Amino acid sequence: MEALVSILIGTLTGCGVYLILRNRTFPVVLGLTFLSYAVNLFLLVMGRLTIGKPPIIAENITEYADPLPQALVLTAIVISFAMTAFVIVLSLKAYLEMGNDHVDGKHKS
Amino acid sequence: MISHIAILPVIWPLLMGALLLLLQKQGLQTVRAVSIASVSILTVLAGYLLNIVNDGEILVYELGNWPPPFGIVLVADRLAAWMLLITALVSAFALLYAIQGTDSDGPHFHVLFQLQLFGLNGAFLTGDLFNLFVFFEILLLASYGLLLHGGGRLRTIAGLHFVIINLVGSTLFLFAVGTLYGLLGTLNMADLAVKAAGAVDDDVALIRAAGLLLFAVFALKAALLPLYLWLPAAYAHTTAPVAALFAIMTKVGAYSILRVYTLIFGSQAGSVADLIAPWLLPLALATLIAGVLGVLASTHLRQQIAYLVIASIGTLLIAFGINTHTSIAAGLFYLPHSTFAAAAFFLLADIIATRRSEMSDRFEPGPVIAHHRITGVLFFIAAILIAGLPPLSGFVGKLLILQAAIPHAALPWIMGAMLITSLLTIIALARSGSMLFYRAQLPQAPHTAGGGDGSGSQHILTPGVSGLAIVICLLSLCVVLTIGAGAVSEFALATANQLLQPEDYVQSVLGTAR
Repeated sequence: MEALVSILIGTLTGCGVYLILRNRTFPVVLGLTFLSYAVNLFLLVMGRLTIGKPPIIAENITEYADPLPQALVLTAIVISFAMTAFVIVLSLKAYLEMGNDHVDGKHKS
Repeated sequence: MISHIAILPVIWPLLMGALLLLLQKQGLQTVRAVSIASVSILTVLAGYLLNIVNDGEILVYELGNWPPPFGIVLVADRLAAWMLLITALVSAFALLYAIQGTDSDGPHFHVLFQLQLFGLNGAFLTGDLFNLFVFFEILLLASYGLLLHGGGRLRTIAGLHFVIINLVGSTLFLFAVGTLYGLLGTLNMADLAVKAAGAVDDDVALIRAAGLLLFAVFALKAALLPLYLWLPAAYAHTTAPVAALFAIMTKVGAYSILRVYTLIFGSQAGSVADLIAPWLLPLALATLIAGVLGVLASTHLRQQIAYLVIASIGTLLIAFGINTHTSIAAGLFYLPHSTFAAAAFFLLADIIATRRSEMSDRFEPGPVIAHHRITGVLFFIAAILIAGLPPLSGFVGKLLILQAAIPHAALPWIMGAMLITSLLTIIALARSGSMLFYRAQLPQAPHTAGGGDGSGSQHILTPGVSGLAIVICLLSLCVVLTIGAGAVSEFALATANQLLQPEDYVQSVLGTAR
């Protein structure tokens, strides 16, 4: 399980980094999205992988899922969602103003 | 009421931002009045808070009354209050300049401005690492809007780069925060300090990695050497009041470096102590040199000032990198100076560029501008301030840093880099000043060249002097800083002492001795 999740996060991060280094805005935005997926998963598993455990401390329960990373992930998702929306609009604006989708606003290179 | 003073600087701009959104239909004059009033009150609040914490007290505000380390805390100590005051002062003058007309170039300028202050103040006051991330996002999202205010192709591309690089930075921040939480089980900075110092050997390497990842994020915000490339285009192409406000933005990175690496990874942090000591000073020196080379190579005045901001960050982080009481105090004296001077210079550059009309701020002989004498004198004063010539605060700041560097092993490097870059800055600014003022031609030339819209150029060539008055006010803040250098450096030394004794901070937050 741990290995699977680690490979997943690693793959997402790798794809994200590769896409961010592309020279068109659309792949860059996709890359940012991949990176935020990776980091959200990463935050989630930082509370350790637990299955079927309650997230609330109660008597006669010794093992429980850590609720804090879930709260952190929720915040991170909201923020990255807003940022992705913003960067998409900004890329569109750049595309409409420049007439192309190169990140530097240049013509075909 | 008094116990809630620590949260007021955070909540006030948020409420005012929301109020301004509702007031949009009441017309620009109302919005401007409320916006100015809000920032004025914020300045008073920051001054009051500074007065309260000046005796060494650390105010801890538990949000929702959740006791730390479980809840989020706001912590107001000397450093936080100092940063709040500097932010409030710079933003007040930037806003005064903006209401001269910049704010009507696009919608929601004042709302974004208040939200930017909300993010900045929150970042300075928070005592929780994840909350710091959230406030970073708030101030960044507001800054994206402000940066793009007014539109334009160059601004859009510079904005796109700024947004993407900061989004990557945010992701790195989350990776670092996640790693720290996974290893130490807390995000409260005071609690992190305790837990990091007592970390078990197996975790030390990962904690150090997370700490260095955080350093990369803060270095990106502060525009430290390999990560400064986003800054010149972004600052040079945005509107003047926004660029002036952004003079404080790089200082947020410097503040975070100072806070996190004295508190969590400071010299008493056991196996993770002095984490960035081998990195900070060399990188800061390289940033200073690279910044000044950029100053020399600039072809536009605003671009030149953007590189001056990078050079000043280099100088500031040299002071923090020496990492003694006196050097951090010197840095805390230099910080407001460089912020005010850079803000004033950005506004002045806009005044010059507007008056040169289509010549803008390119370093080419242009027309003789309106009010050229007073503008020239102000340029001269701003250049002296930024280059660090006597008698003004830039000189005092650099002198204090050099004095603090004397016992340091890298003294030749620090001394050499700072003195040579000062000389190069003087040369570059003298060259641009003489290009803009001495080599200016008779005013007929631009009239014939841009005669197409006579009314427009007439309007541009005879602007009011209120913009100049604001620049004079900002520059006189630096003069005040020079005259009050004794009191300010005493305060800065007390701040540095407080920072280098994180036990007090930890004890105030957690209520127990370390």
